[in-house]
Amino acid sequence: MMTPRGYAGKFLDIDLTNEKITNTTFPEKDLEQYFGGRGLAAKILWDRIGEKWREVDPLGPDNLFIALGGPMTGIYPGGRICISGKSPVSNGTVGSTASTEFAHELRTAGYDGVIVSGRAEKPVYIMVTEEGGEIKDASHLWGTMGEETIKLLNKEVTRVLDSKKEIGLWKEPGMIYVGPAGENMVRNACVMTKLCHAAGYGGYGSLMGSKNLKAIVAKGRGALPEVYAPEAVKLLWKRAHEHLIANDSFRRQGTGYGGWSTATSYSSEPVRNWQDEWHDERSFGGPMFETRFWVKKKWSDFNCTTNCMKVACVKSGKWKGAITDNPDYELQAYCGANFGVFDPAENIHLSALIDNLGHSGIGGANTMGFAAELYQRGILTEEDLGFKLEWGDAEAFDKIARLIAYREGIGDVLAEGTYRAALKLTEMKGVDCMPYAIHVKGIEIGAHGTRSDADFLAHDIGYAVNVQGGDHTSIVRDGYHELSGAVFADSAVYCSFARTPQELIFDYAKAITGYPLTIESWRRENGPRIVTLQKAFLLLGGPDVIWEPIKDDDNPERFYAPLPTGPFKGRTTDRKLVERRRLAYFETLGWDDRGIPTKETLNRLDLGYLEKSMTGLR
Amino acid sequence: MVKPIWISRDYDACSGCRRCELACSIHHEGWMWPEASRVRVFMPFPGLEVPHLCSQCQDYPCIESCKFDALSIDPDTDAVIVDREACTSCGLCITACPGTVPTLHPGDNKANICDLCGGEPKCVEVCVEAGYNALTIVHEEPNIHRKLYSRNPVDTARDLAVKMFGEKGLEVIE
Repeated sequence: MMTPRGYAGKFLDIDLTNEKITNTTFPEKDLEQYFGGRGLAAKILWDRIGEKWREVDPLGPDNLFIALGGPMTGIYPGGRICISGKSPVSNGTVGSTASTEFAHELRTAGYDGVIVSGRAEKPVYIMVTEEGGEIKDASHLWGTMGEETIKLLNKEVTRVLDSKKEIGLWKEPGMIYVGPAGENMVRNACVMTKLCHAAGYGGYGSLMGSKNLKAIVAKGRGALPEVYAPEAVKLLWKRAHEHLIANDSFRRQGTGYGGWSTATSYSSEPVRNWQDEWHDERSFGGPMFETRFWVKKKWSDFNCTTNCMKVACVKSGKWKGAITDNPDYELQAYCGANFGVFDPAENIHLSALIDNLGHSGIGGANTMGFAAELYQRGILTEEDLGFKLEWGDAEAFDKIARLIAYREGIGDVLAEGTYRAALKLTEMKGVDCMPYAIHVKGIEIGAHGTRSDADFLAHDIGYAVNVQGGDHTSIVRDGYHELSGAVFADSAVYCSFARTPQELIFDYAKAITGYPLTIESWRRENGPRIVTLQKAFLLLGGPDVIWEPIKDDDNPERFYAPLPTGPFKGRTTDRKLVERRRLAYFETLGWDDRGIPTKETLNRLDLGYLEKSMTGLR
Repeated sequence: MVKPIWISRDYDACSGCRRCELACSIHHEGWMWPEASRVRVFMPFPGLEVPHLCSQCQDYPCIESCKFDALSIDPDTDAVIVDREACTSCGLCITACPGTVPTLHPGDNKANICDLCGGEPKCVEVCVEAGYNALTIVHEEPNIHRKLYSRNPVDTARDLAVKMFGEKGLEVIE
């Protein structure tokens, strides 16, 4: 069989329980229909778990940890990896992507992805080269913080490679790994890469931890996969970079100018666990980060000239030694304003710590803000925590981050993620904690509020009906436009910040694969197929939580309370509009009025295999 | 007469986009092939990106070391030219290079060394186009400093780490 164009052609299947490694391929029909990344991962999950979905514990050996590239990975600017599996937070699936050199190293080693099943008896890491996969002991890596993991693996893996083959100098491998938070199965922990890059949504760090899997490293020496029309791709590659290079303000500021401006201009930034979304803390402005802390102003990932990342380092004072990116807007917001912290050095320290621990800078920090609000309200006390958790106290947030990562004391409850912690604390304290849990379907919400309706991403149903819950990178607009946007990008697997016109992207995809795909076909067939499959997983959910149609297809209650301050004071999310647009969204996707895909839709999208499971829910 | 060119390197300015690797391999191999590139960007720790390529030492120890006359100097550009027929993949040039710059090509296993693209290096084109200027062309006569750029990229990154991260920089690379 000829290798489909744009694909390395094979996937590594690794059963950690039986230490069995095989090469797998998928039918070309699956590749054409689901493409890669988010879409293909969902198909693999259905094929291998399927109707047993509800019974499978996301943190048990029957779940799969999946890391996939897509046909555009490495070839189109902004190389990413897409992580998936049954999500320990939503009990559905998320296509959770992170920019990393791991992705093109994997593809040049001859693999489009790695599928990990079972559970290793002791900590291991997986090494992928052109020779295949190897399971290696990771006892010495277990417990290490991100910085240390990178340092040790870079040294160790290059030494191993050099002993296998002398080629001159071996370059360091690409890697994805978990920090202590992932190891200790903090439910919303990230899969980390490159120190401060993360596949954040979905809680797949805890899934790696549950498998005793510390890291996957890859080093390839081959070319990127062959494509259908190489001359066209080379031309489009140049054009795409021209677009990226012309994006001047984004290249200069990254998202690291957003920590002040999003709040002050749009009133859509989490402030003290979303009690507010506006602030005017100019100490937190972009230039205050840039002038004092940015030691590299243009930092890129593989094949990307957007360079939205900036390396930040604190070189003096109490937080000396903290290294991270900008921080990007999400972490400025969540590890800054959300903690009532408006000092750039403190924000850089907390972001770096949270990355090093392998927490999600959004999800984990959301849980920490949730805890701080419970402290503010006297629900959690100094006795519970062992210290005072006051807004703006960076030291206290440093402590809570560690407490959760190591599941110490009350940290063990908070390590279940915001939603599950709220359930437990409600029971423990006899006070309803749910109003302070800012999540949709267990997934803590990105740093973009809906109340002002002025945010550049999030509006009314953006999260409420999103099959990836609070994931701000996969926000719903209308069940049409986003399908050729985020759903496509996560399946073709490239970074959505590698911004070029959509027509160019689809020409690129066509030139790579030769498939007759169009923007329209993604909006009407491929996109709906992937999202409908994800919706089915979410409806099935379980085993600990099953989401209720309509009731759980909604924003957190706080998003309907009026904004307390700022230029948008008094404004809030329009509940009637949410109801109307939710129904319209369901109709567009061909789901019934409770959001359950109809038989007709399943047949139209070639998803007949879901019918048996969906009948029971209708 | 036009002075020979040299690729000047400014490590601080390297974004790590690795488009140099792609442009180089597209030019020499016809397709994107990072490890076949004559320039490779090392990243011993995130944020510390070091483009690693031939620095055309004045005394060309690689050429000196070759027992098979596979390496020569391009009369126009001063670049090291590899005769792939004559190369036996023995690796002596790699050992002789103070920076261990050459690699054995992942395709034909022959010594892989920057040939300056005949005087118009593609890596420089894309780097300058993106405004990074981590790699730029200078027109100058050979000088003794060049050889000092021929250095293990991990050692270069160690220095860069201290410059960028201060004392913390001493800890990030083992």
